[in-house]
Amino acid sequence: MNALASSAPDSAPAVAAGAAIATPKVEVQKLNVWFAKNHAVKDTSLAVQVHTVLAVIGPSGCGKSTFLRALNRMHDLVPVARVTGKVLVDGQDLYTREVDPVLLRRRVGMVFQRPNPFPTMSIEENVAAGLVLNGISGNHAEVVERSLRKAALWDEVKDRLGHAATSLSGGQQQRLCIARALAIEPEVLLMDEPASALDPIATAKIEELIHELKEHYTIIIVTHSMQQAARVSDHTAFFYMGELVEMGATEQIFTNPKERRTEDYVTGKFG
Amino acid sequence: MAESRANVLDGAPPMVERPQSTDTAGEGAGDRLYYGVLWVLGFFVLVVAGLIVLNLALVSRPLFAVEGVWDFVKGDDWDPVTQKFGALPFIYGTLVTSLVAVVVAVPVAIGLALFITQFAPHKLAPFLSTPVEWLAAIPSVVYGLWGLAVLVPWLRTSVEPFLGRAFGFLPFFKGPPIGFGYLAAGLCLAVMILPTVVSVSAEVMKTTPEAQREAALALGATTWESVTWSVMPHSRAGILGASLLGLGRALGETMAVTMLIGNSRNISISLFAPGYSLPAVIANEFAEATDNIHIGALAACGLILFVITFLLNAAARWLVTAVQKGPARVVT
Amino acid sequence: MRHFAFRRFMNVFMTVLCGVALVAAFIPLISVLYLVISKGAAGLSWDFFTQLPKPVGEEGGGIGNALVGTLYMVGLACLMGLPVGVGAGVFLAERGDGTVGKTVRFVAEVLSGVPSIVIGIVAYAMVVIPMRHFSALAGSVALAIMIVPYLACSTEELIRVVPTSLREASLALGVTNWRTSLLVILRTAMTGVVTACLLAVARVAGETAPLLFTALNNQYWNVSPVQPTASLTVAIYNYAISPYEDWHAKAWTAALVLLMLVGLLNLTSRVLTRNRLKGAR
Repeated sequence: MNALASSAPDSAPAVAAGAAIATPKVEVQKLNVWFAKNHAVKDTSLAVQVHTVLAVIGPSGCGKSTFLRALNRMHDLVPVARVTGKVLVDGQDLYTREVDPVLLRRRVGMVFQRPNPFPTMSIEENVAAGLVLNGISGNHAEVVERSLRKAALWDEVKDRLGHAATSLSGGQQQRLCIARALAIEPEVLLMDEPASALDPIATAKIEELIHELKEHYTIIIVTHSMQQAARVSDHTAFFYMGELVEMGATEQIFTNPKERRTEDYVTGKFG
Repeated sequence: MAESRANVLDGAPPMVERPQSTDTAGEGAGDRLYYGVLWVLGFFVLVVAGLIVLNLALVSRPLFAVEGVWDFVKGDDWDPVTQKFGALPFIYGTLVTSLVAVVVAVPVAIGLALFITQFAPHKLAPFLSTPVEWLAAIPSVVYGLWGLAVLVPWLRTSVEPFLGRAFGFLPFFKGPPIGFGYLAAGLCLAVMILPTVVSVSAEVMKTTPEAQREAALALGATTWESVTWSVMPHSRAGILGASLLGLGRALGETMAVTMLIGNSRNISISLFAPGYSLPAVIANEFAEATDNIHIGALAACGLILFVITFLLNAAARWLVTAVQKGPARVVT
Repeated sequence: MRHFAFRRFMNVFMTVLCGVALVAAFIPLISVLYLVISKGAAGLSWDFFTQLPKPVGEEGGGIGNALVGTLYMVGLACLMGLPVGVGAGVFLAERGDGTVGKTVRFVAEVLSGVPSIVIGIVAYAMVVIPMRHFSALAGSVALAIMIVPYLACSTEELIRVVPTSLREASLALGVTNWRTSLLVILRTAMTGVVTACLLAVARVAGETAPLLFTALNNQYWNVSPVQPTASLTVAIYNYAISPYEDWHAKAWTAALVLLMLVGLLNLTSRVLTRNRLKGAR
């Protein structure tokens, strides 16, 4: 079996011993993100429990994507970006010198707004890309099949694994990207508006998939669609102007928000 | 279980526990090595530029030890035997042939670029621009060969006698029709720089904001009026840049000019007369030059050429990019 | 407001005028191609490709040594110039936003406009003077110096058009920067980069001026990097300016061979580009 399986998310410490003392899978403390002088995320703190889905909602430009990208240090790529505060995964801060962002990103996977399969690679190569590009050897065929099954794409592509990834439809491409992220066995999956470029049927499939993936992964999804947040998430965080306004159980946020701004947003008064 | 929890809480990095089959320790080193190599290769471009300047200076130094820069530039006598080196005939010939080339090529190039980008149906455009690219692909020495076989006889028997009869009162068109000379070299250069000017101009014209063009057309303007109202005002600086790029190419062009200019060290006003150019004298004399001062004088010709083309290209690039970025700047 | 008929007339007139410019540009192209093919084809023979040149007046002979010399020197120039050019291009695309990058970009752009004859002097100073004689190496150093700035500029453009989303996708998979750059970005731009390399090679294969006093010429076969070497372009030049009719004929045939070589490189790059466009989404 794959060596990585021994530390697969399933074997994470049981929470049964008492939810109160359980370390959240992801914990954010006083996170700030600047782009040059633009303060994009302000003093945000929140926690996500293992095997749950957190939806991050808010009007466009509210900093929700910026927040998400801080969770696997994608801002490292932007020279003008500056991040302060802590992001703890399993209790360990990601923003310390010892943490290699490269290794971190193998634990915290990411799916992007637009499907971005590698155009020069086949379907199969795309799924195995994380392994091949990282130089990890082993039984790739098995990983490919498992990941595609998890991403509910196997049946649609099993007969044409060698075809170009770009020959798939948009929805299939996005599920391929999910499979690609799953192949390196992350513990946390970040999704940045994964269905925004897709039609309703493909969107429904992705949402269904998120439900299934929750069993094994901790998922944080940014979405501009409140209905989607309501359908897929356990908890919802509402961002406005770079600030976390309110976070709570999804049902509570949508039916009984505590903050006025949250209520205005979920009832459609702005945004 | 409890133990492993404790570890995590103590801050032992869990990442290390995670088995990694690759050279994880070396990943940072890999980045450093890779970008280090890239940095060196990028920096190498600067080294090459430095080497060009340094070597030109070194080789031409023996000349400047015996002759001042100004004397070299304004001297019109060039005789390796008596060690007299004045580059004026070459500088003059280079400038005259290049000017002829630009004067002939730029109007044609603008017309062609307008035809490709504005007048011709969109589907036809690639079929028109491809042959222009072929013009750029033909080697200089082949143009020279063609010039010898076609251009020189044609100028000698038809064009120059005609120009002499019609415009003989102008000093540019006086003298016997020889064929070889400034005009032959200049016309051949015009053909050679045409693709450069066309492709850069067409690129600049394509960056005309569609809204501007459509606004003109929506007001009932004809295609030509949309060109004069929106395309040309937008592209003017870019076309100037394209012309400078063409001029730069013409100044440094060697083979065709060497074969057609007639290689005479006299300075003549008439375009019919044979002359010489900086690249041509280098091409003709460098391999046979033996003493350091002669070689130095030829390298000094190269140095002049380098400085002129460097400045010209810098100016041209600046103009072209200023236009392409232009509209965005106006908006902000 | 001017009369409508006049405006219509102006439009047609200017369209025709621009069309005339088109014809004016195509005449020399057709003339060159026609002459090279019609005058050059007669001399094509197996011997022409395989034999050494013969003295004036003797029948037969070829330009085999010049053909080999051109291929040899261009090959050497590729070994030196292609890696540096592509690497500098990748540098510009990925690390080119700082002061160093901007300087390198500016210098590369301006260097690609430096006359080839000047590059020849530089190669003479760098290789011929220390070695004390003309050599194939000197010729290929000159050609390599010409390849680098040109290729750096075109490679940068090709890499910059690779979508950022692919870089992000790769990095999000925990792939290191260098593997991302090499295995994702460069691989995606590969067809384009190969095309740019072919065009760069085609450009220098037709160069004469930088070879005149670096590689000089050679009447015999030579594959030694330290000996003077014949080349197609210098052979064409020497034949063309000679006073002999049969040498002129050889110049045309050699020009035809050179055009075929350059044309083949251009054609290959064109086919590659077309396939790339077809493969694009």
